[in-house]
Amino acid sequence: MYVAVKGGERAIENSLALLAERRRGDPAVPELSVAQVREQLRLAVDRVMAEGSLYDPDLAALALKQARGDTLEAIFLVRAFRTTLPRLGYSLPLETARMRLARRISAAFKDLPGGQLLGPTFDYSQRLLDFALEAPEAPPPAPEAPAVAEAAPSVLELLAAEGLVEAEAEPPGAGEPPDLTREPLLFPAPRAARLQNLARADEGFLLALGYSTQRGYAHTHPFAGELRYGTVDVELVPEELGFPVVVGEVELTECQMINQFAGSGTRPPQFTRGYGLAFGHGERKAMAMALVDRALRAPELGEPVSAPAQMEEFVLAHSDALEAAGFVQHLKLPHYVDFQAELDLVRRLRAQAGEPPA
Amino acid sequence: MWHAVDEALREARRDWMGLLARAPLAFLEQWARTEQLAGALPARTWLRPPETGLVMLRARAGGSGERFNLGEMTITRCALRLDSGEVGIAYVQGRSARKAELAALADALLQRAERREALRARLVEPLRARLAAEAERAARKAQATRVEFFTLARAPGEPT
Repeated sequence: MYVAVKGGERAIENSLALLAERRRGDPAVPELSVAQVREQLRLAVDRVMAEGSLYDPDLAALALKQARGDTLEAIFLVRAFRTTLPRLGYSLPLETARMRLARRISAAFKDLPGGQLLGPTFDYSQRLLDFALEAPEAPPPAPEAPAVAEAAPSVLELLAAEGLVEAEAEPPGAGEPPDLTREPLLFPAPRAARLQNLARADEGFLLALGYSTQRGYAHTHPFAGELRYGTVDVELVPEELGFPVVVGEVELTECQMINQFAGSGTRPPQFTRGYGLAFGHGERKAMAMALVDRALRAPELGEPVSAPAQMEEFVLAHSDALEAAGFVQHLKLPHYVDFQAELDLVRRLRAQAGEPPA
Repeated sequence: MWHAVDEALREARRDWMGLLARAPLAFLEQWARTEQLAGALPARTWLRPPETGLVMLRARAGGSGERFNLGEMTITRCALRLDSGEVGIAYVQGRSARKAELAALADALLQRAERREALRARLVEPLRARLAAEAERAARKAQATRVEFFTLARAPGEPT
């Protein structure tokens, strides 16, 4: 139990001043601007947007600067900021099939309509430190090739049309999806609540859980059916107008995992699916999310629930970086009364056992 | 007949509002400066001064299945009325009150039939061309990374 304490105002003020000085670092080194963070540390910005659950690159960059590059602290700042803003509405469902692609690959098919685009990826880099970056960098413009007007439909939709993979369609009569920013998480959680939870979940936690499914703790036999990253329009219906308008655009990473097939006496065999979607360019996040989404579908697909990644209460209750960091770090707060009580108890027990007083 | 005209205007408005929402602020400022020089910016009153808030972005499981709440985005909205009566509305991504104001002003002016064509030529079409050129350049760079993978098939009789 935590009992409130008083005092320490001057020490706290001075601590904040010291923090500000440390944030700035050596004043002989030029100060980092928010725009520099936004443009040059973009993947950190994207992670803060994804787990902060707020798409605003400038805010995420500011949060990273303020947090001295501590991702979780930046996520905390972004989440706190969002509570100060009113909710003005809901978008229409984002149409990821109409994404303006910067990257799109499939590990299941070589040849797919729309082609495979490597885009900006570390995948084929050699992971050798590039000491040339110690000096100012001015890379030449990236090469261009004629754009093609070929559609790039979702690979899984093509397979679903043949019945080889389960179809994803809006269930008839589906109501408004649950919103975890307004309603508590209840178990068993519907898939819509699970996906919202996973979309804002800590990347490291999802990565470890996804990895565990690959090592045998919940076998889902995944193929990366399609991974795409690019820009999607955001549309909503303003209350004054009654018709949808585009209000902006967001970068998204989407992973469609093709998994373990299942069939029965009444149903022909069919691959199952897991889905991952993240703000910005976050492939590890989207892939890990898709693995965990699929693992959490075990009860629905008639699979035994035996591994951590399949246990929704374990996964969903521990996935949020903010909650986890908060509860672990609250141990730093004074627990003096608590500890004194336990100390007294241990002393009394030792006295009863005839130990000499410590 | 009237209905068809309304429908066409609605589609046109949907189109220009979408372009204005994606316009860089500097582009709208440049337009506003040009119009101001021509004495073309009319008096207006706020029906709803700029307000920044959140919109919850929705997605679908598997891209096409049940809807879920993905996460939020900042948005700024406003509504204004020109002295001539047209009501301009803006819902634009981000936190810029100025951008929302300029987008709403352009929306109102574009509703004036007598000015629409001129304003299209000065604002809407150049904006469309600019956004299309940016998207085209990004698509060309992505296309340059298009890859053809080959599987290395074994020759018949080769041990597997």
